[in-house]
Amino acid sequence: MNGSSEYLLEMRNISKHFPGVQALDDVTFKVKRGEIHALVGENGAGKSTLMKVLLGIIQPDKGEIILKGERVKIYNPRIALSLGLSMIHQEISLVPERTVAENIWLGREPTLKRVGFLKWSELFSKTEKLLKELDLIINPKQKVSSLNVAGMQMVEIARAVSYNSDLIIMDEPTSALSEKEVEKLFNIIRSLKEKGTSVIYISHKLDEIFKIADRVTALRDGQYIGTSDITQVDHQTLISMMVGREIKNIFPKKQIEIGNTVMEVKGISRKGAFEDISFSVRKGEILGIAGLMGAGRTEVVRAIFGIDPIDSGSIFIDNEKVKIDSPKKAIKLGIGLVTEDRKKYGLALCRSVKENISMANMDKFCKLSFISRKKELKACQEMIRLLSIKTPSHKQTVSSLSGGNQQKVVLANWLQTQPKILILDEPTRGIDVGAKSEIHKLMTQFAEEGMAIIMISSELPEILGMSDRILVMHEGRVKGEFSRDEASQEKILACAVGGEQSGK
Amino acid sequence: MENKIGSINYRELLNKYKMVLVLICMVIIMSIVSEHFLTSQNIINIIRQISINAILAIGATFVIITGGIDLSQGSVLAVSGVIAASFIKHGYASIFIAAITGILVSCLLGFINGLTIANFKVPPFVVTLAMMTIARGIAYVYTDGRPIVDLDKRFLVLGQGSLGFLPYPIIVMIIVAVLAAIILYMTKFGRYVFSIGGNIQAARVSGINTNRIIVLVYTLSGLLAGLAGVMLASRINTGQPQAGQSYEMDAIAAAVIGGTSLSGGVGTIAGTLVGAIIIGVINNSLNLLNVSQYYQLIVKGIVIAVAVIIDVKSQKKF
Ligand SMILES: Nc1ncnc2c1ncn2[C@@H]1O[C@H](COP(=O)(O)OP(=O)(O)OP(=O)(O)O)[C@@H](O)[C@H]1O
Ligand SMILES: [Mg+2]
Repeated sequence: MNGSSEYLLEMRNISKHFPGVQALDDVTFKVKRGEIHALVGENGAGKSTLMKVLLGIIQPDKGEIILKGERVKIYNPRIALSLGLSMIHQEISLVPERTVAENIWLGREPTLKRVGFLKWSELFSKTEKLLKELDLIINPKQKVSSLNVAGMQMVEIARAVSYNSDLIIMDEPTSALSEKEVEKLFNIIRSLKEKGTSVIYISHKLDEIFKIADRVTALRDGQYIGTSDITQVDHQTLISMMVGREIKNIFPKKQIEIGNTVMEVKGISRKGAFEDISFSVRKGEILGIAGLMGAGRTEVVRAIFGIDPIDSGSIFIDNEKVKIDSPKKAIKLGIGLVTEDRKKYGLALCRSVKENISMANMDKFCKLSFISRKKELKACQEMIRLLSIKTPSHKQTVSSLSGGNQQKVVLANWLQTQPKILILDEPTRGIDVGAKSEIHKLMTQFAEEGMAIIMISSELPEILGMSDRILVMHEGRVKGEFSRDEASQEKILACAVGGEQSGK
Repeated sequence: MENKIGSINYRELLNKYKMVLVLICMVIIMSIVSEHFLTSQNIINIIRQISINAILAIGATFVIITGGIDLSQGSVLAVSGVIAASFIKHGYASIFIAAITGILVSCLLGFINGLTIANFKVPPFVVTLAMMTIARGIAYVYTDGRPIVDLDKRFLVLGQGSLGFLPYPIIVMIIVAVLAAIILYMTKFGRYVFSIGGNIQAARVSGINTNRIIVLVYTLSGLLAGLAGVMLASRINTGQPQAGQSYEMDAIAAAVIGGTSLSGGVGTIAGTLVGAIIIGVINNSLNLLNVSQYYQLIVKGIVIAVAVIIDVKSQKKF
């Protein structure tokens, strides 16, 4: 009962078992008042599960939760909210066809007494005030579906803050944000802290954690590894806490002999998305495309892949002009695309890991339209091993995998098509350091085997670490091009925000 | 720990076969309540009665797995029945050709459904609802609203005859089910049906010709409705323009009771058969217990609702 306890929250001996995995095994986790507590661990370590337990989304098999010195039972998210806990989910959970304001106050809309009619003007003015406080430039009357991923994420953040909770959980809140927006989020977090609100911050981006967190707790394979003040640890210790070993090189870039031009894009435009884009990519080369969120990078690769039409311009593959009007055609021409939004374009969530890994490869596994199970299974298991996808079996439905492992499934689907040109749109978003370095190693290996790789990334270190050449986009146009040697963080950033043309 | 894993597997198993369990319970209860229930005669009777619904339901399963729905099955069935019957009656063609013609016309109607859905991106509900009315209209126009009765004796074998103790409708149902299972689980087409239902956007990005698969699926549904129409005409010795009214509802119900998810991506042929048998057992039991037709409707509706609730509940854990 004493409110003076140093801890706002204590989760004690929490265990949770899912078919085939012990997601949490006797985990103890304590959060102090007004602290920013980072929670780290590999993909599938159990971070999201632990938070879902706290919010009453799932029930633990064992363990207890002590909040403000009192033992509480949290059976559902409503109880959690009333106890002062709110969460920004890893997976965006907004109603797309409703406005920003409606989404933020969903379930708490200001209504005329008893009658239940919405007071729209109050709803909008309340939202406007909140967004202003948070320094977010979003129109409350805008439909959520018209926002980009970053915008949606900001709405989620605003919603979580609007509850005035004692504790806000942020599950990978920055995975879709650009540097500038991350800075905004950090300001929001700092001011929350000043008000005495605690924040649990889950992220795979260690730089962020060192920047914002007070303390850090690591989980590994569902087990509690340790908690430490952020000042007491360095990068290497934190990584070995997470993965249980040291990772020497996150960017294992090799100097590879670069061959002939495989693909050349000449002056392609798509109204309202991008204009006059030209570039080429060569055998064994990794071409990085940098830029802020919304610079039109995703739109360009979608159009190249035949998902959206191109208004003008042309594409050449092996010096031959090609017309790509469908993804099927693109795949035939040897292009692969790992999409940015895995939920929307990458995965059939209710289907198994195996089916998702072979989705783009069925022709390879079929003879006269009949599936060769043996062939398919063998190839899938090899992919599961190669990318160390953490799943109890290939039969598991993808929806129950952790976020990072879902990403690996998408990657596996495309690696299997063995494309000549592989386009990766934010390939390591939400992926832990260990797996990240694995994916980078694979990229290097594929480049060595002669694949041309185009990589879109919003993480500058990744762009700088992996690319042979870097294209920078700004507002739908190519703003600059840098070779590996001349590129630097400052130059790219300056170019990405629309500064003077640099490079060449 | 070991224990826990064991118990959870057990629970999963239970979840997977829950409708089989429901069926077994129904059978046990009914064999206690009525001595006429568990006789080989009655069992064969039940299965014969469900065969038409099962065939429609298999078509519905394909459609629903893609995330769609086909409301036109009952009307398409009638079109096929009256065409086959009239060809036979007027001697336009041999019995075999007559039947095939009926089925082909149904295929065509299903094909039009699919084409419209795929190309104009109109919701399947609306398209097939329109086709439901159109096809019914065709059946009436074609027959002038009058049933075509007294068909060639040889034609009646399909719906009324049997091979040994097995009536032909049951044999046809089994063949259809086996072929459907082979197509759904062992072919590329079947896999694509699941992928499209799981996430049509991802399927498209993965290079699947989604339009083609959708057209094929609705054509298949039309084909099976056509087959069912010919079987029904043979069974009742009539080409009846009113035939098959609201049959699509029973077909959808069988699929859903059997675990096919209306949001797409999930479903099995075996499950659908179990669903069809459950509906058959309900009808039969209520008949044996002398419950009126009207009450039967209510009971059937409640069972469907309960089945869907159980289904939603058991999936929600994720
Ligand atoms: N509903 C579920 N059914 C079965 N297994 C599940 C379910 N939810 C989570 N899991 C499993 O529990 C483990 C922990 O998952 P969790 O989502 O907590 O990981 P995470 O630490 O958040 O990973 P990431 O960094 O990739 O988001 C994983 O192995 C995952 O596959
Ligand atoms: Mg997670």
